[in-house]
Amino acid sequence: MQSSQKPIQVGLFVTCLVDMFRPSIGFATIKLLESAGCQVEVPEAQTCCGQPAFNSGDKKTTQEIARQTIQAFDGYQYVVGPSGSCIGMLHYYVDLFDEDDPWKARAESLKSRAFEITSFLTDVLNFDQVLASYEGHATYHDSCSGLRQLGIKQQPRKLLAKVAGLELSEMEEAETCCGFGGTFCVKYADISNRMVENKSTYIQDSGATTLLGGDLGCLLNMAGKLKREGHNIEARHIVEVLAGMTDEPAIGEAAYSLGKPL
Amino acid sequence: MQINSPAFKENARIALHDVNLQKALGNLKAGFPTKRAAAVARMPEFEQLRDEGTALKNHILENLDIYLEQFEENVVKNGGHVHWCRTSKDACKTILDICKEVDAKTVTKGKSMVSEEINLNDYLEKNGVEPIETDLGEYILQLRGDHPSHIIAPAIHLNLEDVSDIFHEKHHRPKSSDPAVLMQEAREMLRQKFASADVGITGANFFVAETGSTIIVTNEGNGDLTQTLPKTHIVVTSIEKVVPTLEDMTLFLRLLARSATGQEFTVYNTLSTGPRRAGDQDGPENFHVVLVDNGRSEMVGSEFQEMLRCIRCSACMNHCPVYGAVGGHSYGWVYPGPMGSVLTPKMIGIENAGLLPNASTFCGKCESVCPVRIPLPKLMRHWREDEFSRHLSPKAVRWGLGGWAFFAKRPALYRILSSSSNLFLRLAAGKKGRIKKLPLASGWTNWRDMPAPSGKTFMQQYKSGKKD
Repeated sequence: MQSSQKPIQVGLFVTCLVDMFRPSIGFATIKLLESAGCQVEVPEAQTCCGQPAFNSGDKKTTQEIARQTIQAFDGYQYVVGPSGSCIGMLHYYVDLFDEDDPWKARAESLKSRAFEITSFLTDVLNFDQVLASYEGHATYHDSCSGLRQLGIKQQPRKLLAKVAGLELSEMEEAETCCGFGGTFCVKYADISNRMVENKSTYIQDSGATTLLGGDLGCLLNMAGKLKREGHNIEARHIVEVLAGMTDEPAIGEAAYSLGKPL
Repeated sequence: MQINSPAFKENARIALHDVNLQKALGNLKAGFPTKRAAAVARMPEFEQLRDEGTALKNHILENLDIYLEQFEENVVKNGGHVHWCRTSKDACKTILDICKEVDAKTVTKGKSMVSEEINLNDYLEKNGVEPIETDLGEYILQLRGDHPSHIIAPAIHLNLEDVSDIFHEKHHRPKSSDPAVLMQEAREMLRQKFASADVGITGANFFVAETGSTIIVTNEGNGDLTQTLPKTHIVVTSIEKVVPTLEDMTLFLRLLARSATGQEFTVYNTLSTGPRRAGDQDGPENFHVVLVDNGRSEMVGSEFQEMLRCIRCSACMNHCPVYGAVGGHSYGWVYPGPMGSVLTPKMIGIENAGLLPNASTFCGKCESVCPVRIPLPKLMRHWREDEFSRHLSPKAVRWGLGGWAFFAKRPALYRILSSSSNLFLRLAAGKKGRIKKLPLASGWTNWRDMPAPSGKTFMQQYKSGKKD
């Protein structure tokens, strides 16, 4: 897209869940960004966006992690991540510092540069050259932070519409929380379970055989439930489909090679 | 009402297994949210109305003293009385004193959450005055010795069978499963009470500074009978419900009905402006307004001021997936759902409110439907900060968080932790791709599988040269 210009410098915010559970989402994000004309780097000093501390009311720890993350992504034209929730958290950093704190301005700067991947591709780069194909019937779950904090609704659908072979059906209550909620799913396990149970019903009712979403946390929750209930529905992060990287088993599915650990 | 908020978790567990309650909650989901969405769709300027309502509420809160004094002045001018009550106890005592002055035996009541908040019924009963709830939902609850579980649909946790059973038991009439028959039965029972009551007590959805009027909105008309038939009418309401003008009131009425029940307007909108005047055909001889503070003035100027914009429409709870799963009684006090998780700690103390502000996934749906744009998740987060800084959060949470934070703040160590946890999870999953049972994560694995990592960590793979 931007071949005649200097490539856009993007720092990838990997997210701790992607790092730990599903690296392919990180690599698919890089592939998409590169195909859209970006040069991608992965700053080593990043760990987690700090959401567990923020939502538990531990402001001091959140500030420390915020400063670390702000520093790690200094100098990048854009900061992009495959999660509305974690990118939303980077936006919240501005609320952590007082007006006269120099970190406030740095947080503001990060906020203006930080985008969730589908929103970055669509709203910033106006990218629509999705070359992937995926033979399947999918439904899309709107994760809460992406939807309500960052206004992500049409962007993933617009991109998915370009995927050859993909049929998308909307499920009922696509915008209702799946019950993950970070630590909520452990603190209020049985309420969380009821919420994901409901979600599972809506997913099944949509008739889809693939569940897509933009946040790995929600996907782990829903995939875990679908598997426990024994449904033959595969769960994937949207970037895997958009990047054409769906050759490996879906989330929570069988027979990974253990490879050579460590 | 007894405070049972610290037991939220246990209450929720019971509620999740209560078949009847779950059936009733299913009805809620199919009802109000759908109707609200339709009402909003019919009104393109709804978003603008929300902005206007929000701005007006902010203006009111910044000038609360002025409007309250103007209201008092006009009530007095109309021949009524205003009583300022700082606490629940003051309010109950004031109301009892008025009842005693007119030697009241029975009091009819229109629905009022404030009277639940100050625990008025118990107080009156203990002091020899019989309160009779006249809102159909509240009447059913009173027969059952139960409490509201929702601020506009108090008996929403009950099914038709529950109502039929209690009516049969208390009215000694044949059982019926026809709502119209049950309604008629309640109507007959209540008619005599309306006519013979010495005092009528209602709440107020709003009260108007420029005229000294109070207004209640109902769909049953019981409010009209409560406030016009007895010789004395007492309005018990809280200070933040003041609005400057009648026109301002209509803005909130439009927002309220659509957000609450999806109606364009509530069926009965009844204004009271002082006692009966010479030549009036009906109306009370005495008109009292009891203004309850109960912690609200402390919220003005604090980080919780935005909560005072609340117009008690219930949209937040109607749309909250947590409320939808566990129902209102789980929250353990008068105000349930997201608005209650902010308001309850303020009124009964965070120590007594358990971990209510934690009973949310922060999904933000509540804020997205609030007609006056209260940032409910942000306000719940303020409470969580308060709990954390006062060491009220459970030890397991604090220690878990502390351990995690130690690594999260040290990227190099974090890599070692993440790659070893990643390996552990892969080994635990074997070739299955998921884990059925995981020590320390039973909250998760009791109900769902834990998907296993699909390979080494991203950082490990990235560093070893894999690009995509």
